[in-house]
Amino acid sequence: MSTVDAARAQAAGAVLAIEEVVRTHGDGENAVHALRGITMTVAPGELVAVMGPSGSGKSTLLHLAGGLDQPTSGRILVEGTELGRLNRKQLAQLRRRSVGYVFQDFNLVPALTAAENVALPRELDGVSSRKARREAVAALAEVGIDDLADRFPDDMSGGQQQRVAIARALVGERRLVLADEPTGALDSVTGESVMVLLRNRCDAGAAGVLVTHDARLAAYADRVVFLRDGLMVDESVYRAPTEALTR
Amino acid sequence: MSVRHGLLALLAEQPRYGYELRGEFESRTGATWPLNVGQVYTTLARLERDGCVTATPASESGQQYYEITAAGRAEVTAWFTTPVRRESRPRDELAIKLALAVGNDDIDITAVIQAQRTDSLRALQDYTRLKQQAGPPDATADVAWLLVLDAMVFQTEAEVRWLDHCESRLVQAARQRAPRGATTAPTRTSPQATR
Repeated sequence: MSTVDAARAQAAGAVLAIEEVVRTHGDGENAVHALRGITMTVAPGELVAVMGPSGSGKSTLLHLAGGLDQPTSGRILVEGTELGRLNRKQLAQLRRRSVGYVFQDFNLVPALTAAENVALPRELDGVSSRKARREAVAALAEVGIDDLADRFPDDMSGGQQQRVAIARALVGERRLVLADEPTGALDSVTGESVMVLLRNRCDAGAAGVLVTHDARLAAYADRVVFLRDGLMVDESVYRAPTEALTR
Repeated sequence: MSVRHGLLALLAEQPRYGYELRGEFESRTGATWPLNVGQVYTTLARLERDGCVTATPASESGQQYYEITAAGRAEVTAWFTTPVRRESRPRDELAIKLALAVGNDDIDITAVIQAQRTDSLRALQDYTRLKQQAGPPDATADVAWLLVLDAMVFQTEAEVRWLDHCESRLVQAARQRAPRGATTAPTRTSPQATR
């Protein structure tokens, strides 16, 4: 996609726009080119999977999209705001307000209940605890586990914990969820239900980026982007199923 | 996949007539392996010749029902309990294609692999959508359809993993062939650097 297209997609309301992004670690002879010019956008309601072998740059891409790392060149925009123009405080605020993360190992705070885990980013953002709690329970209801709101992570199954993590990623006004191998620690049927959930949250208007090496999970995405050595080599866009397969 | 065993399995449940067999087969397998009605009748004729089914006299509405015999039941049981041997499937064109591409300098094998991978991912995306459209698995036909879709999903996933593996192997082979210090080997960033 050209910069012009990216600008157009952004104007059309892309939640995430990555423009000509290069990320190089070190310099001179020891330079490692993690990303060598990536352009992509993710619109509301869209789930994009990024596939590639270890070292292809997919985790770097996710870190950059979440503002956890800065590109060597190029721009990253989250809901129209260019991350490179923000100071540390503004960036931290944007990360809290606009971006949610889902990790392989759930990353819930063990001393907090499900509802408290989900409410945490909102409280950090200055929302009153009563309102944060209300939002948290609503977010848990959206992932089908509001009845577990007062349980601690250790008393929940892996699948339930990951549902809490997805609720936390999308609580409040947040519309961008970045998922790094979110079902890696789950069995295949539970993992599938977590993917269905992530898919449903995107269908409901969130924008998702899923990093995985698992084709079965990537297949839930609208687009699958293939990275090799820091470059996008191909893309598989979902089309309507072939007639032979419809029933 | 043998039509013979598919029809026998359906007849083991209850007597059925030709059109019904075709309809039932397609509803169970989601039309993954479409049958034409001619195939159904020639197969039924062979099953009757082999003593696996008997045809009952035509009903008033002209439908001829087929009933499974003890021999037919034994055959269908044997089919269900015998694992499908990989070598009984048709030759794997893709493996043959890649094997032949390895020795051909005019062919960019990485491109062959990527084209296949993109194609397989598209198929996976299709199957995944179909699974989501299938609805809750409460009816027998829906569960059967989901299992068939799952089979296609896992087979395709295995193919993609195998393609990933082929690519890694080729990168490794290229590195070993390249002289020490050469810059022509594919550049790879270290995983540690990106995490």
